[in-house]
Amino acid sequence: MEEQQSLWQFMEQQSDKLWQQTITHVGLTFTALLIAVLIGLPLGIAIARKQKFAAPVLGFAGVLQTIPSIALLGFLIPLLGIGALPAITALFLYALLPIIRNTYTGIKEVDAAVVDAAKGIGMTSGQILLKVQMPLAMPVILAGIRTATVISVGVATLAAYIAAGGLGEFIFGGIALNNTNMILAGAIPAALLAILFDFLLSLVQRMQLRKMHRVVVILPIIFIVLSSFYVFSATDKSLLAGFTPEFMGREDGYLGLKSKYHLNIRNVVISDAIMYKAEFEKKLDVISGYSTDGRLKAYGLVTLKDDKAIFPPYYAAPLVRKEILERYPELVSVLNLLAGKINDSIMTELNYRVDYLKQLPEKTALDFLLEKGLYKKPRNGQEGIVRLGSKIFGEQYILINIYKMLIEGYTNLRAETKTGLGGTKICFDALVNDQIDLYPEYTGTGLLVILQPAKQKVAELIGNRDSVYQYVKKEFADKYNLTWLLPIGFNNAYALMMRKGQAHQLNIKTISDLKRYTDRE
Amino acid sequence: MIEVQQLTKMYQDTVAVSNVSFSVKEGQTMVLLGTSGSGKTTTLRMLNRLTEPTSGSIFIDGKNILSQPPEVLRRSIGYVLQGYGLFPHYTVAQNIAIVPKLLKWPKEKIRKRVDELLYKLQLPPHEYRHVYPATLSGGQKQRVGLARALATDPPILLMDEPFGALDMLTKLAVRKEFKELDALKKKTIILVTHDVHEAFELGDKIGLMDKGKMQQLASPPELLFRPANNFVQAFFKHHLFELEWQSISLKNIWNDLPEVGTEMYATLSSSQTLWEAMEEVANNNTAVYAFDEETKSGRNITFEHLKSAIQKQKQQP
Repeated sequence: MEEQQSLWQFMEQQSDKLWQQTITHVGLTFTALLIAVLIGLPLGIAIARKQKFAAPVLGFAGVLQTIPSIALLGFLIPLLGIGALPAITALFLYALLPIIRNTYTGIKEVDAAVVDAAKGIGMTSGQILLKVQMPLAMPVILAGIRTATVISVGVATLAAYIAAGGLGEFIFGGIALNNTNMILAGAIPAALLAILFDFLLSLVQRMQLRKMHRVVVILPIIFIVLSSFYVFSATDKSLLAGFTPEFMGREDGYLGLKSKYHLNIRNVVISDAIMYKAEFEKKLDVISGYSTDGRLKAYGLVTLKDDKAIFPPYYAAPLVRKEILERYPELVSVLNLLAGKINDSIMTELNYRVDYLKQLPEKTALDFLLEKGLYKKPRNGQEGIVRLGSKIFGEQYILINIYKMLIEGYTNLRAETKTGLGGTKICFDALVNDQIDLYPEYTGTGLLVILQPAKQKVAELIGNRDSVYQYVKKEFADKYNLTWLLPIGFNNAYALMMRKGQAHQLNIKTISDLKRYTDRE
Repeated sequence: MIEVQQLTKMYQDTVAVSNVSFSVKEGQTMVLLGTSGSGKTTTLRMLNRLTEPTSGSIFIDGKNILSQPPEVLRRSIGYVLQGYGLFPHYTVAQNIAIVPKLLKWPKEKIRKRVDELLYKLQLPPHEYRHVYPATLSGGQKQRVGLARALATDPPILLMDEPFGALDMLTKLAVRKEFKELDALKKKTIILVTHDVHEAFELGDKIGLMDKGKMQQLASPPELLFRPANNFVQAFFKHHLFELEWQSISLKNIWNDLPEVGTEMYATLSSSQTLWEAMEEVANNNTAVYAFDEETKSGRNITFEHLKSAIQKQKQQP
């Protein structure tokens, strides 16, 4: 009951945003559908008449359908940038197959005797198409448009990834922030839209046969009206920021930028998978990245200094089960070999090798240890097993490979890796439940995601890296019997980033500089 | 008058129709008979250019059919096909009105013509005009299909297995109706069927086809009594007795029958077949008489007379 109420409150409170997202959603969907019908219908008719083109055209549309939506959006960015255009293009490509295929099938399935009769009594092929084949195929064609509509309403949520808006903003923001109300505020209207449009089209479909000529008039009008909801935003020369859905909703993210820096910048919501590329392609000017991300180096970006300290420190350190340290005390000194050895720029470089140059994490780890003179040959010891876990991104893969080599080179223990554990929650639960013995964790995550202390406590701690570390170390030991070993050195925190050249040209080094610049604009 | 000369249709290497020639006089009904794959339907479809021949030519009233666009040709020829090919999204009236509409008849004229045809085919217009084909019975659909072909009163009708989709009983009834329909009496009809009885009942002339070739083109009695080759003979073997008795009318043997006075009570007419006469004789204990309108003469009918008439037909060279 309480849950429902608060969802309703959330939706009321965010009603402006919700309306705007819904309208954008509907607009994107129907603009794409309109284009898909305008192109798919004639194409379907054409291949029904020229049989030899049917297989290649349907095959091509089928291949388009199998491209994962995020990947398709990724392909489209270099060509079309970010925003409505690539989103509509992607939706259009997905809507194409059901429309072409159903038009083709619908026409092909018209009773051959009827078509033969039409021909035999003297109708021209144009008359046969318009008066016999199309009206009789219409229920099947409409079923295709219905399918395309439902697919499009669903896929349109992904438009939020490339700054085209829509209900995906709430959905992905909610997922990132683990905010159920926010997810539902996006997901429920999206589902309702799909159900509503499906229902309306089913009514049109049932009218069929007798009133088919009316459908032919009504449907395009509905589509044009619905798609006109969406007006392309006017181009603007001011700086444009792209923030991830998670960043948008966080106190130590966009909300903090507004309240602490009073930063007022034109912004769009975008997926972090695409954000760096869009920044590099100059589709965006400022993005919310992670300070040790390899793409920082690959794309020539710089981080802006957080001069008012709104981003909490995310220093990485091995988080270990206390029991394993008691059983194998030699582990402490071995794991701490790495303490202070990797600063931000080294970590960025290592991430760059893995994320961008596609080097194997094992090789990157080995090269690093060799450079630092820390590498020792494995002893192939059989005294025990240490289980190492990692989250599902490059940096963690590199770190646990380094730890594995250190453990096997400096002790008689064998290290076993369990990589690719979905996220913080999964790693942490695995550790608490004795499924793994250690994994690299970040102090900020320990504080904000796992401990979740009162706001005041967070505010008090957040500016100082050492106090955060000391706080999580003590609390984890007390509450979970887990030990934070010494920090590795780098701070993988949120950071605002710009292209080097532009930042230099505008003389922006800190977030305050950025605020002053945008105020002047 | 339809004149078909050396018509051949090849599909890649297979010959569908080979060197077929025939002519059909005005008002005649010609039946193309054969099993499936015999080339009869292909021959029919070449007449309204649904299939274009590989070689050979077709003249209708002395005019080569290639001299006008196929659509224009087809609008001037009635076409009835096996599944009837009614448009499921058109009402009965709309279905019948298709060709008049294509020919841009005025609305009122179309409406009148549709009602007229519905009356003739015993589908009361107020009841059937606005009904969709899906709700009609097989026989009714067949009649609507026929009405559509007759809408513009074309002199020629092409019929591809027009009764093929009907059940046995309905088929017999509809065929009888069809034979008696005034609207069809003056038409030149080319009808394709695989049904031997249908061919004998409706055809003035029957062209028996096999493997794309015309095996024999003749009147029904000729096919039975003077088969051109073994195939023709074998084709009718199973139905021979029945067909023989059905293919000859009393009129054909009139002079071989014993004459009686005109005051007798006649239960048969001279136009009836020997088969019907035999049924009448079998069902009557008393003497059976037949009457001929034309000569105003009467004849006595007995089994013996019928039997010897058949024998005589067979012995004719």
